[in-house]
Amino acid sequence: MSAHPADAAIPHTVEPHPVTGIPNGKFGIWLFLASEVMLFGALFSSYVLIRTQAAHWPPEGGLSSEILNVPLATLNTAVLITSSITMVLAWASCKLGRLDRFRLWMGSTIALSFVFLVIKYFEYTDKFHHEHFPKTNNFYAIYFTLTGLHGLHVIGGIVVNTFLLTAGTWLWKVDREHFTNRVENAGLYWHFVDLVWIFLFPSLYLL
Amino acid sequence: MAETADHSSPEEFKKHLGKYYVVFVALLCLTAVTVGVSYLHLNRPLAITVALIIAAVKAGLVAGVFMHLISEKKVIYAVLILTVAFFLLVLLLPSLTVFEGVAA
Repeated sequence: MSAHPADAAIPHTVEPHPVTGIPNGKFGIWLFLASEVMLFGALFSSYVLIRTQAAHWPPEGGLSSEILNVPLATLNTAVLITSSITMVLAWASCKLGRLDRFRLWMGSTIALSFVFLVIKYFEYTDKFHHEHFPKTNNFYAIYFTLTGLHGLHVIGGIVVNTFLLTAGTWLWKVDREHFTNRVENAGLYWHFVDLVWIFLFPSLYLL
Repeated sequence: MAETADHSSPEEFKKHLGKYYVVFVALLCLTAVTVGVSYLHLNRPLAITVALIIAAVKAGLVAGVFMHLISEKKVIYAVLILTVAFFLLVLLLPSLTVFEGVAA
């Protein structure tokens, strides 16, 4: 077993569980991601239904790419992809025993997450400025719901990653492998947030 | 391979890092392609098909390499197969209401 400070150590934080063959944390995060697929899946399904039943899409006429800001969304896509590789490098740094490098890459990941949110803020305020709200029509209702839920996930990722970068590093001094697994699990979540955006971007902005 | 990397030396592990950069560049290129294609204003079914194929390739790269799905344990594949099945169900379920609407 790993050297855990508490007597009532949670088992299989590092060693694979005999039934699943993976540590419990990793199994847990994958089950959570499965539920996330259903959460976004249900909304995406609603989007497809509403859109295919609409006489015109967007209802006010024109094209989605003319109503929404494609250059900003493209930039945000690049920002999120970059934050995915910095997240991988943060985990890899742990694997290589380099806490200093981990701090650099995890700090970059969090910084890029904030860049994403700031760009999103500019997009939203521009829409509000033009009196476009979720109540305006189905197009904006779907746009704000899907990107808003995605944005909440970005905020959630910032919270977890900031914990790992700051107070959470105590575990590194006690059990490196356990800490590395936590970073990997946070990474799995973060890549999923990137993955959702990969589908949202073309379906909301480009099509 | 995540499993072999777990037990290999740091030097051995470093060799695996190159693929992350390759995927990163590929993802940026595919983003440029999908935006570029949208300016061609293809007819709707073709545009949707192309955009979804590019998105699926990007998703495959993220899930396969960044999330290490290429070399994962069977239990995770089992969870994901179940998830994909229910996701497709939830995606196709509303089409039943559409067919009813046509019949009525």
